[in-house]
Amino acid sequence: MEKTAVKKQNPFSRLLHSQMMIPLVALVLLLGFNLLMDPTFFKITLGTNSAGNPVLSGNLISALNNGSELAILAIGMTLVTAASGGQDISVGATIAISGSAMLRILCGTESSPSTLAAPIILGFLVAVLVGMLCGLFNGILVATFKIQPMIATLILYTAGRSIAAWINNNQLPIVPGSTFTYFGGFIPGIPIPTPFLIAVLCFIIMALVMKFTNLGLYTQAVGINENAAKLNGLKPAFIKILSFVILGVCVAVAALIKCSRTSTINYSVVAQNIEMDAILAVALGGNSLGGGKFNIWASVVAAYVIQLLTTTLYKFKVSSDALPAYKAVVVILLIVFSAPVVKEKMAEIGKKVRKPAKEVG
Amino acid sequence: MPANKKKRTLSDANLLLLITIVVFFVMYISAVVFLGSGFRKAQMFFNILDANAGLVITACGMSLVMITQGIDISIGGVVRLVCMSCAVNLELQNGTPFTAFLIAMGIGLAFGVVQGFLVAYLEIQPFIVSLAGMYFAKGLTTIIHTNPISVTNEAFKALRKIEFVLPGLGYYNKKGTYINTTIELGSVVAIVVVILMFLMLRYTKFGRNFYAVGGNKQSALMLGINVKRTKFMSHLICSLLAGFGGFVYFVHIGSAATSNANGMEMNAIASSIIGGTLLTGGVGNVIGTLFGVLSLNTIQNIVSSIGLDDAWWTDITIAGMLCLFLIIQSVVMSRTKKK
Amino acid sequence: MSENVVLEMKNISKSFPGVRALQNVDFKLCEGEIHALMGENGAGKSTLIKVLTGVYGKDEGEIYLKGESGAVSIRSPQEAQNLGISTVYQEITLCPNLTVAENMYIGREKGWRQNWRKINADTNRILESLGIPAKATQQLSSCSIAIQQMVAIARAVDMDCKVLILDEPTSSLDEQEVEKLFGLMRDLRAKGVGIIFVTHFLDQVYEVCDKITVLRDGQLVGEYVIEDLPRVMLVSKMLGKDLDDMADIKSESEEYTGEGAGSVFYEAENLQSNAGIHPFDFYIKKGEVNGFTGLLGSGRSECVRAIFGADHVTSGKVKINGKEVKITNPLEAMKNGIAYLPEDRKGDGIIGDLSVRENLILAAQVLKGFFRPFSKAEAEKAADEYIKLLGIKTASKETPIKSLSGGNQQKVIVARWLFAHPEYLILDEPTRGIDIGTKTEIQKLVLKLASEGMSVTFISSETDEMLRTCSRLVVMRDRKVVGELTGDDLNQNKIMSTIAGGEEA
Repeated sequence: MEKTAVKKQNPFSRLLHSQMMIPLVALVLLLGFNLLMDPTFFKITLGTNSAGNPVLSGNLISALNNGSELAILAIGMTLVTAASGGQDISVGATIAISGSAMLRILCGTESSPSTLAAPIILGFLVAVLVGMLCGLFNGILVATFKIQPMIATLILYTAGRSIAAWINNNQLPIVPGSTFTYFGGFIPGIPIPTPFLIAVLCFIIMALVMKFTNLGLYTQAVGINENAAKLNGLKPAFIKILSFVILGVCVAVAALIKCSRTSTINYSVVAQNIEMDAILAVALGGNSLGGGKFNIWASVVAAYVIQLLTTTLYKFKVSSDALPAYKAVVVILLIVFSAPVVKEKMAEIGKKVRKPAKEVG
Repeated sequence: MPANKKKRTLSDANLLLLITIVVFFVMYISAVVFLGSGFRKAQMFFNILDANAGLVITACGMSLVMITQGIDISIGGVVRLVCMSCAVNLELQNGTPFTAFLIAMGIGLAFGVVQGFLVAYLEIQPFIVSLAGMYFAKGLTTIIHTNPISVTNEAFKALRKIEFVLPGLGYYNKKGTYINTTIELGSVVAIVVVILMFLMLRYTKFGRNFYAVGGNKQSALMLGINVKRTKFMSHLICSLLAGFGGFVYFVHIGSAATSNANGMEMNAIASSIIGGTLLTGGVGNVIGTLFGVLSLNTIQNIVSSIGLDDAWWTDITIAGMLCLFLIIQSVVMSRTKKK
Repeated sequence: MSENVVLEMKNISKSFPGVRALQNVDFKLCEGEIHALMGENGAGKSTLIKVLTGVYGKDEGEIYLKGESGAVSIRSPQEAQNLGISTVYQEITLCPNLTVAENMYIGREKGWRQNWRKINADTNRILESLGIPAKATQQLSSCSIAIQQMVAIARAVDMDCKVLILDEPTSSLDEQEVEKLFGLMRDLRAKGVGIIFVTHFLDQVYEVCDKITVLRDGQLVGEYVIEDLPRVMLVSKMLGKDLDDMADIKSESEEYTGEGAGSVFYEAENLQSNAGIHPFDFYIKKGEVNGFTGLLGSGRSECVRAIFGADHVTSGKVKINGKEVKITNPLEAMKNGIAYLPEDRKGDGIIGDLSVRENLILAAQVLKGFFRPFSKAEAEKAADEYIKLLGIKTASKETPIKSLSGGNQQKVIVARWLFAHPEYLILDEPTRGIDIGTKTEIQKLVLKLASEGMSVTFISSETDEMLRTCSRLVVMRDRKVVGELTGDDLNQNKIMSTIAGGEEA
């Protein structure tokens, strides 16, 4: 330990000690595993879909495609975690709410209208607004009433899907037309899945926000030491609420993709358990779930790792019901090996092994 | 400085508990007065208790980990796994209720040891550990068996039928025959668990250690408490109670399916909170938790009996109630801080 | 081991990644002695104590205790307790959610049963005998910090310890409470307990201790009988150099004579906050250094917090440069050129996990605005500049601030406010818990800043520090401003008598 601390940091050792290491190692392990088991896993083909448009397909593409919602949520979840020291477990339920609101706008009161009742952009904006309102509600409970985030968001977690059902009066409206399906599928002429493009767009916007504002510094300051942040002129309550509202926007984007994939919404199962995956992405990204320092990109990579794991397991014919069991085992292993206590022990053992070896040699 | 020192004789913990109990009685009595019908019969109350005996037991475990500043969201999964494993044992392996019980406790023990070890000795966040635990338990359930099983084992059926008559609480029906008010074995067991947990937490040093660790981990260590072991024990007991509560739940419903105990962890957390347990640790009481479970289910019954029986109203009611109690807690705690 | 030696530590070494915290340190404690453990921050005092109490394991060395044959190994605080080593820490290490009685007895009694009646009765008896105004059944969090500290001491005292370690127990006690504690320590000494006393207050060492062991940079400097080691010698042993800085530094400084000299920068009338202070009037001139003085809890910090808008301001009129302004939160204060270094460095000052650079630019960054972040180059330049200017000892500007020593952390916070270029700097106990060298540096800095035209309000528990720096002192008692001293009135006696008030002192 002493030696590494004294050594000047070269780029490689900096990477080795950075947060990014954990998800990257997981990614390499997963890819390596697939390579060993079945190299065809990596095959990517350019074909045409039923509408006659060129599309890319393959396991990697499907992981990138299906992981989009998770990766987008991971952005907001990382911010919420950093600022408030807790997690929002209501994201699945709020996806249902904002998705339902969007369909309500697009379909009016009919359950399967023949034309759109409103432009898609309007529906999306309403979804964003609803997502932000949900975020605002959670944020106020957390920041103003000082309720732990997990518990504050338990309220919408419990009621969210029921509210979604109530919005569309228990119907499952179907959005007409093919334009709406582009967001969850492919835009004619572009072989890359649209969800991935949307996700990349989100990443770019987030990168610009991080570069041209102090969101990162403020969020971390509030997350690490709220009192000190306050005495330096920051408003911790505002920063926390802001993080929840940003997550609300992420939720709305994810809801757009989710609804577009099926042209409808099944409020009771849409995005089920996605909150758990999103929290996992944050943790796997090496961010402390207790708040403070964060790295959004590590969370995003971790989100894709989780999706890749899912894809891999499907590849091995694991049924979707049993999937969680395998995922849990992998997650536990990853977390155990990245736990500081375990790392310390390993380093100690490493030292002991090396010492006698030296004495002999 | 010495001003207003004597003013606060009621501690936060007692105040929160008092609020819960008062709210429950106000709610129940007003249901009796305004809704009448079913609520007037004592049986209604015991039906609520019977249906939630398993939840009461698991919620006690949840309160314990929450007092120790942890959380265990795997208990719904554990209960589901227990149901399916016991059903498979009874129906497909010719087991007896006793072997099924052993399996239930074994599952609880296994989850408790592993999760407790990861949380206490490897210092991994309890939320993540139990999240993985939940995934694992739910996934494993479908691997064991995917189709619903209805248990036909005779001994088990006999166990399900055990009821106790509560003297003096019955009523005469329209024909004039006396209908006894009964209570299931599970409810009695649940009450016993609550009492034992209460005594343990209040009158043993072992129990007080949980409060100390939840109040301030660092201080507890300096005061000479084995913090790691205490945390480990909290998770172990919680999982054991999840196994045990799962068995009681299983006996009550008499069948198993992969959708059992859906959202039970959230109900347990909500009950604990309504019962005055703080997620920040160090404050809580299983008596409160019992009333939390009862309040939560009484309000559901009230909502459905006033005609709001669309499925979504249940969830919205629970959420509303949770919201209310969280705000009460928040106000109580800020009162403490101002001092 | 000679007859009356109760504890002997030999050759203790302990390393942390990158730091050798202790190197071959010896320490010996006799029965019935109060033994001061002295050293600057980072000298290894806390590490030595933590090794002794089993919080850290040691890399090398042996510990011998009277009554134990051979070297003992102490792997946890519990084992230390069982061996008769009790500790009272600077930070309260009790559980706020439990009652006073439980805090007295938890973790140290045998048996499984919690006998409430017995522990309540016993606790009340002990509290009474020690004159601690608390009740056994009270929730600890409802007691004041001082009383919580006394409870911690009562607990240690009641444990029949052979070795009692007091790790800066006096920093949150007022004078009377300190006296009471000293009385207690003398009683225990008479009973044959060996007491290790860690403190930064030199006066207290000379008042109560028998022997002094000095550490520096993780190494033993020596063990001395108190009579043989005058103060100046002690300080020079701790610093490892002869100290002439201790002389009057005020005479070296010059008064500010530049533009606007003598004009009032900040003025408040009837200012009041919700923190329980009486309304007060206050002003400060450009280039002036003044201070609030008074006993602990007299409302000094609350006054400056009200000026900075850190507490909720309930009434009052504030003028900056003669113009009326409203200051209801820290940001408004900062925009008006006010900076505030809070009393509680760890709780209110540093952002532990962030780097020195990020901590340093924070206030200036907030002033600059959300949408205008400093570029990396600008931030690094500022960090380098202030690290050099204030002589901050850090591995690099990207080191997390929490891994710096207390004094260096404080310097970073000072740098943070200097970088925000305030016109009025409030320093609330900037020298608490930091080493003497840094203390002097900070005092010099204050005078230098004032000579350049900055107004400074300086608060310190150590009156001689205030006398050395301030030209005007506002005296407080019981949350009220009771007097103001300038010129020839600025001396220890006058301050004491003003604090004590008309009644007999």
